[in-house]
Order: sequence, then structure tokens, then C-alpha cells
Amino acid sequence: MTTVSRCRIILALMLSLSFAGCASTRVNTQPEVPPMHSISEVRDQSFADVADPWEGFNRRMYRFNFYFDKYFFLPVVNGYEFITPTFLQDRISSFYNNIGEVKNLTNSLFQLKGKESAKTLGRFLTNSTVGLGGLFDPATKFGLERHDEDFGKTLGYWGVGSGPYLVLPIFGPSSLRDGGGLAVDTGISYGIYTGIDPFGRLDDTYLYDYGIMTLDEIDARHQQSFRYYESGYPFEYYMVRFFYHEKRELESATPLPEK
Amino acid sequence: MNSFITGTLFFVQFYGKSSDFAGRSRGIFMRHLSVLWLFIACILLLPVPGHAADDGYGYPIAGSYEASIIGTPARLMPEFPGYVRSKQLVLHIFPDRRIPPIFFYDDGLHCTVAYQKQKAPLVFLIGGTGASDRTPKLLTMMKAFYQAGFHVITLPSPSTSNFIVSASKSGVPGDLIDDSADLYRAMEAAWNQVKGDIEVTSFYLCGYSLGATQAAFVAKLDDDRRLFNFRKVLMINPTVSLYNSVTRIENMLKEIPGGPKKQGVFFNRMLSKFSQFYHYGNYVTVNENFLYSIYVEKLFSHDETAGLIGLSYRIGLGGMVFSSDVVTNSGYVVPKNRVLSPNDSIFDYFLVSTHLSFFDYFNEYLYPYFHKQRPWLTKQEYIASLGLRSIEGYLKSSDKFGVMTNENDFILTKTELDYLRQLFGERTKVYPRGGHLGNLEYSENLAYMVAFFK
Repeated sequence: MTTVSRCRIILALMLSLSFAGCASTRVNTQPEVPPMHSISEVRDQSFADVADPWEGFNRRMYRFNFYFDKYFFLPVVNGYEFITPTFLQDRISSFYNNIGEVKNLTNSLFQLKGKESAKTLGRFLTNSTVGLGGLFDPATKFGLERHDEDFGKTLGYWGVGSGPYLVLPIFGPSSLRDGGGLAVDTGISYGIYTGIDPFGRLDDTYLYDYGIMTLDEIDARHQQSFRYYESGYPFEYYMVRFFYHEKRELESATPLPEK
Repeated sequence: MNSFITGTLFFVQFYGKSSDFAGRSRGIFMRHLSVLWLFIACILLLPVPGHAADDGYGYPIAGSYEASIIGTPARLMPEFPGYVRSKQLVLHIFPDRRIPPIFFYDDGLHCTVAYQKQKAPLVFLIGGTGASDRTPKLLTMMKAFYQAGFHVITLPSPSTSNFIVSASKSGVPGDLIDDSADLYRAMEAAWNQVKGDIEVTSFYLCGYSLGATQAAFVAKLDDDRRLFNFRKVLMINPTVSLYNSVTRIENMLKEIPGGPKKQGVFFNRMLSKFSQFYHYGNYVTVNENFLYSIYVEKLFSHDETAGLIGLSYRIGLGGMVFSSDVVTNSGYVVPKNRVLSPNDSIFDYFLVSTHLSFFDYFNEYLYPYFHKQRPWLTKQEYIASLGLRSIEGYLKSSDKFGVMTNENDFILTKTELDYLRQLFGERTKVYPRGGHLGNLEYSENLAYMVAFFK
């Protein structure tokens, strides 16, 4: 089975899962009565608002991600945390964070950020050598700060607007632009995995490749403590949407020339 | 009610704490969310940097608002064990209850239990307004008690939608007596679920903010029912009168141009101020350094800061109002008999609910509901019932209570602070600063909590 067809099957499964049960219990026999307070009395600017023409789809995806987390992803992550000593978990995180520097580097180069690119390159070289192949992060101690970059930010830097808000399956909050950027970055990192091909001399190469990528995703979820619907706040979807959007707006804008 | 939420307290629970993420945000997966909480913390940062006074107390942030928003810097928290034996309980308090489809994710009341292998005392922890069972402040307290050898169970606040949907009998939060009865029922259910697995020597109770005041009422209830026989009860930054405390927070919104009805305009103006600050400063990311410079550069004025605290409180209150309205089908902000599906847009309800004040909620929703249950109660009497004075005879008669609060906690007046001192005598611990809950995670404060129960 090719990777593409595999992805297709997974995607189809996701969609069917997420839409199943959506046509839920809208049984309403009694007539509606207008509420005591309605939007017509609010004479104020809207706030914490973000362009979200696909809200119906996005809320479905948000919901899908909740179930995906609950029944699959988090149990896997918990199992991983249970069997792996904390020290080893941290080394694994460090290792993948170091690989992520390549994405940071390519994108800061795309944005012609010389100083930042040099720093990121310095980090990568330091951590890959002194940090024993990325298992440790001495670069931060040497004062080399991490600069997270991605292709969504690169596009933003060159003036591409975020486009509508988009909740991606599994990956979570994004936008049209950032979703596209994610695809590019994934392509680049896939290229790196296969390019470096650390297990190339072994026979079951693809097994190791998959293993490395799977562990990457597990580790990424392990590092991320966000849980869908855990806030106990009914407007969580809008809060997450707003914070995601604002943070990206800030970080992906073309910086003003220094005064 | 629903007073004491500040933006940080509220939003940090979405995104976890900075220390969890320091230098670790990578990855393809959702990495952006990890530092988003910083954003709201930045928005709410305060103008005047504090200087530690030379009074032997090491908590550094002098201003009341600042302390409440910034909390305790990670380096001033104690070291905790890397691994805490814990699990989340999902309690079915009302198994026959039909959950409204919009709350499809609510599968029961969520509580977190940390358990020792050996026989040990057990502490119940109740959070403040909007606090879920896994709110960072509660988790820090949980770790502190766990480290000291206690079993711990954390409960969500009766003001969260999880509690309203799954554990509130009436679905109308804000009444201390009812909310405490609901809490007691939840504690009983949690205890029933774990009592086969852990050995307990004795029970303790601790709450902060609104949860502290509720703890007093829960303890009173337990004095009749005698299920736990709490040996000691610690109230951290309690409110003496719910109504008074909320009035003070509502007043913070009055200073914004156009008043609270124009909070959206205010919010957007503050946001653009914030964005400009970011761009002109050529910052690379929304991180601690950026946060610190907002603090140093005094981006927001005193009134603006107060307005932002008031606004974040309104955002929390709006969630409570909406959840309650959906559960009770009262037709308050959602049309009566409308069944919202999980995919329906509810943004208009967000705007409507957040534009309601506590007084709207109190006069149009909470009081009418309880007036029906207790027709003899006048509004003034009802307001008086929402505070510690209504049970002061009981509180005075027992020496199990202790209070920990701060000189500059903005939810208390000087008179109310003196009242606490007079009520609890030497069992009142008042720190010179810390605002509302700002110093709760400071190592000295955590040590005091543990010592109080030892």
C-alpha cells in the first residue's frame, strides 16, 4: 500500500467518524421563545472575533480531535510515558527538537533573516555535536536562543494573509495559509528523514522511517499539555481560535524597520 | 459570584504553564497552542513594577493587580517530584440526566486524585471561580500536599460548565448553600470511587477564593452529616461577602470609556496597543522577554489594567451564565426550547453573555430562581446569606478553621480583613502582599498550607 492511499483511508475514516453522530438529537417539539437578552441589544464592537466562514466544518474537526485524542492519541502517549523513563523522554524530546531546527533554519533563510539563521545554524551544529546528536541542548545554555519558524510564517512574512481559520484533523488550530505551510514543512522534514536515512544500510528501512516519524508525533503530543474541552469553559473554541490567530498575526507579520 | 477570575488564572488552564514549555515548543503538532497563554498574560500585564519590601517575606510583586495576574515566577516555586501517582475520576452524579448536545464532551464530573501507596490523610481541594480540577494552581497545591504525604482530590468549581452540567442539582450556580451541597455530594461520590483503593487516616479540606468560602459551608454541612469529620479546614483568599467582592470587580469596568457596555471597543483598542508594541519592538516571539518588557515599559495605565481584569472576569462570568441557561432551558440568553447542536455557532451567545453584569445575572436570574424556592427571603436577606457572616456563629464555635490571605487582596475591604482576623484570631495568616491569589504558589505559602494540616 502506498503512503498516499494509506493517508486517504485514514482521512476517510476520520471524516466518517467525525460526521457520524453529528446529525445528533435535534428533536424539538416545543416552539422556541425569544430569550430575555439577545444580540440585538449589544451595541458594541465584536471582540475576540476571527474570520471563520467554515465554522461548521471547524467545529466538527475540533470535535473529531477531541475524540481522536481521547480514544487513540492520548492513550498511546500515556502508554509511552508509562514505559519510558523521564530521562529518556527528555532526551527523545531534545532529539526531535533538534531535528526541528532544520525547518527553523530553512524558513529563516526563506525570510532572509541573516542573524537568526546564523543563530539557528549555530544551535543545530552545537546540539548535534556537543549535545550528542541532539540528545541534549547545550546551545541554550550558551545563549543561543531558539527561533521557531515555519512555512506559514514565511508566507506571512512575504505578505500572504492568514486566510480563514481552519481546524485541521489531528494537528488542530490553523489557518488556510498555515495549513499550506504545514504541508510544505512536512514535505521538507520527510525529505530530511529519507535523505539522512540513518538506517539506510539495514533491510527494513521503511519500518525505521515510520518508527521515527511515529515517535516524533508521540513526542510532540507528549510535549503539548493542551487538552480539548478541558477548560470547563463553554466558549473554549472561540478562545482557542482567537489566541491562535492573534499569536500568528503577531509572529508572522513583516517586522518594521528598526528605528 | 464569579468574581475572582483574572485573565491569566483563567487562560492558563487552557495552555498549561510556561515552565512546561520553556524552550520545548517544536514539532509539527499543535505547537502554537503551547505558548498562547502568554499572550493574554501580556495583555493583562500591569504598569507598575514592584519592589520587594524589606519585611522578611520573599514574594516579590508589590502591586495587588500585578501579583494577581503574574502569580508566582517559576523560580520561586518549590521543587516537586517528577512523578505524582494520580488519575482522573469521571463521576456520574446524576446518571439519568440528559446532557444537552452542545455539552457532548461532558461525560461526567472530572476530579483528579493523587494517591499514596500507604495509609495517609486525604485533602480535598476546591478551586476558585472558573477553575477546573486540573487548573495549574490546584495542581501545584496537589503536588505540595502529595509531596508532604497526603492523598489529594481536586474538584472543579461549581461555576465551571463541567460542574453545572454534571454535578449541580439546580443548574443555577451562585448560591453558597446549594453549591456547597452539590460539592458535598461530589466529594462523597469521589470518595466512594477511591475508598476501595486507598487507606485514609483522616480528612482535610482546603479551598481558594470562592472555593474557600464554599469550603466553610461544606464543613458546616459535614458537621451534620459526619461523613468526613474534617480535622482542619483552610480557606485561602476567601471572600467575606460574595456580593461585595463582585461589586468591587464590576467597578473596575466602570473606568473604561463608555462603561462596560463598550467593553468590545475597549478590548480591541487594548489589543491594537499590544500589537503595535510588539511590532515596534521587533520581538521575535510572544515569550517571557516580551512579557517582561510590557511590564517594564508600563504599556497599560492603571485604569486600563483594572478594565482588563474586569473584562476577563466578565468573559468567565459569561461562560457560567450561558452554561446555566442551556442546562435549565430558562430562555435567558438562548431561546427557550432551542436545542443547540455541537456544530452550531454560539458566538452571538458569547457576545451577549459577556455583556451581562453580575448584577444582571443576580437580579434577573439567580435571585428570582431562589425567591421561588424560598419565598420568604428578601433580596437583602438573600445577599446577606451569600457570605461568611451568615454562618459566623458556627465558624466561631469551631477551632478547625484557618485563613490565609493578603493585606492587598482587592476582593476584601479593610473592614472585611479585620473581620476575618477577629473571627479566626491567631489562625488568620495575612501576608503583606500577593494580591488575590498571586502568592498562592510561592514556596513559603505552600509550606504554610501543609504545616497548617500537619
